[in-house]
Amino acid sequence: MAARTDQLAPLDLIGFDTDFLLGLYRRMVQAREFEEQLYYLFLSRPMPGTMHQATGQEAVAVGVTSALRPDDYVTSTHRGHAHCVAKGVELNPMMAEMFAKRTGSCKGMGGSMHLCDFSRGMLGAFGIVGAGIPIAAGAALSALVRGSGQVAVSFFGDGATNEGVFHEALNMASLWKLPVIFVCENNQYALSMTVSESSAVPDIAKRGAAYAIPGVQVDGNNVIEVLKAAQAAVERARAGAGPTLLECITYRIRGHARFEASHYRDPAEVEQWKQLDPITRLGDALLADGRVQPDALEQVRNEVKADLEAAIAFAESSPDVEPDEYLQYIFDEEPAHA
Amino acid sequence: MREMSMMAAIREAIVQEMQADPRVILLGEDVGKFGGAFHVTHGLLEEFGARRVWDTPISEAGFMGLGLGAALTGLRPIVELQYADFIFCAMDQVVNEAAKIRLMSGGQASVPLVIRAPQGATGRGAQHSQSVEAYFMHTPGMKVVLPSNPYDAKGLLTAAMRDNNPVLFLEHKMLYGSASPGGGKAVSDPTIGRFGMDVPEASYMIPLGKGAVVRNGKHATVVATGVMVHRALAAAEQLAAEGIEIEVIDPRTLAPLDADLILSSVQKTHRAVVVTEDARRAGVGAELMAVIAGEGFDDLDAPVIRVCADDAPIPFAPAAQDRVIPNLNDILAAVRRVTSDE
Repeated sequence: MAARTDQLAPLDLIGFDTDFLLGLYRRMVQAREFEEQLYYLFLSRPMPGTMHQATGQEAVAVGVTSALRPDDYVTSTHRGHAHCVAKGVELNPMMAEMFAKRTGSCKGMGGSMHLCDFSRGMLGAFGIVGAGIPIAAGAALSALVRGSGQVAVSFFGDGATNEGVFHEALNMASLWKLPVIFVCENNQYALSMTVSESSAVPDIAKRGAAYAIPGVQVDGNNVIEVLKAAQAAVERARAGAGPTLLECITYRIRGHARFEASHYRDPAEVEQWKQLDPITRLGDALLADGRVQPDALEQVRNEVKADLEAAIAFAESSPDVEPDEYLQYIFDEEPAHA
Repeated sequence: MREMSMMAAIREAIVQEMQADPRVILLGEDVGKFGGAFHVTHGLLEEFGARRVWDTPISEAGFMGLGLGAALTGLRPIVELQYADFIFCAMDQVVNEAAKIRLMSGGQASVPLVIRAPQGATGRGAQHSQSVEAYFMHTPGMKVVLPSNPYDAKGLLTAAMRDNNPVLFLEHKMLYGSASPGGGKAVSDPTIGRFGMDVPEASYMIPLGKGAVVRNGKHATVVATGVMVHRALAAAEQLAAEGIEIEVIDPRTLAPLDADLILSSVQKTHRAVVVTEDARRAGVGAELMAVIAGEGFDDLDAPVIRVCADDAPIPFAPAAQDRVIPNLNDILAAVRRVTSDE
């Protein structure tokens, strides 16, 4: 899909205070920098496993989670680092998990594709496409039964909307008015397949109509637009009015997985989308609005870089996993609290 | 003393747990208004309401995922499948998510999820007759329960509902009507008898991973599961008349498996037959044989024999089904063979 010129519309910052906007900026830079550092780590040394970058998609993760309470739930995907950062998972244990260290978010047992932090409501990145969608709906059902007022968000890609569980979960969520927001991060490629090659109805938001769910399509590289749409969806969910299908149009700047060269797409297309970088657009809007000076943004970027260097140092100096540590994580044998 | 069918015992376990613990909810096709495909959950919607008993659409993968999501966030769901055969629609949620998330999360996740599924051959053809336990006994992170009588069913289900791990609770359709001693309606299969203790009214637990010796003997150990426990007991009666005393062991749970109980019996009898209703190849019988032959080799006086379903989809024609599923004569023949050099 070609970059749409209407996505070049300036961000409308009215009504948001500068510290909040700088917070969005910082979160997006953290997500970007986490993956950039990881990219160079994979180039420069043996690293366990693989990773999938969400470069260029950070506004979706940050915009949506900024509409949530800390105790709200999120499920994520194999491309999940940005969702974790945005939900407040700390950088040190996240990076340690990339190094398969005992201090990792998942004690070195999960890795990049299975990151989670239950203390932050991050129920998991799931390496099976679409798997997190019904799980988020189940978390929403749980919130409804317990009367907790929590909502759940499921992030998934365009490719996941052709999995059966997408349709099953949307149907049940709509029937039962579950407090869940289905966020399709449409980065336009399921590995090599474009949305129009894989989906008979390429406007994914339209699929909401099949389940009587409002389908909303937004510029996924405009963090303000994502945030506003998410706020409306969260308000609707908490009010008991049911789910929303929020399609965020964005673009996967990097390959599907590390070092995947994307020979199936035109480099000019990638270059065009780089002009729509969500971080640059928020930064430019802050500058154009006279909210901050360039050095303020540079300071954020430098602080994040330092945080990432510290996270890498933390990971490097952390103890390795002992081979038999997995044994304690197969079953939960603590007695139930009846 | 109370006599009770297995169906009623299972229902009572669920009702008592739902009364005691508001976190327990039910999800499944026709579990509410209709009362469950086998009427196990009849009346529960009326007693506990629509926030506890969820009639789902026909979406096994979807509602299994919902059950898992609810289990991860403070509830203790029971997901019912109408037939165990349908679990394959939900295989990804069970095997890739429910069974793995505790390890993948480094111990953060607990999965107090019970999956109830009726199984076994009852003349309904290949897609409503199979025994699925081997797939899940093979799946790390899962517990698998297969009760053979009402007393065990109530105690094991109560333990399963209080467990913090995914438990597949398999209910043999032929056993729903089997009663505890002293009464209950007659069952049509003469090899399905009544045994076990009466079912106490108060809630109780039978720990997962503890098998039972259901008949003492000295000439051979017969390890049997589900319906096959009944057929092994019927065989024991006939064999006793021939002077062969078999010890019948019901593992009750397949994962974890009470290998110690099986091995200590083999230590005494020196001969073993394993009898299961799932298909032979790479099945539960193969695993039981491996445990006995691998860890009890020095105690054995004869090769272990397995009696399992033939490696075929279960055929519809009653005569063909009965050929595929182990019957009384298959067990008698196996025991006579394993003891033949005595």
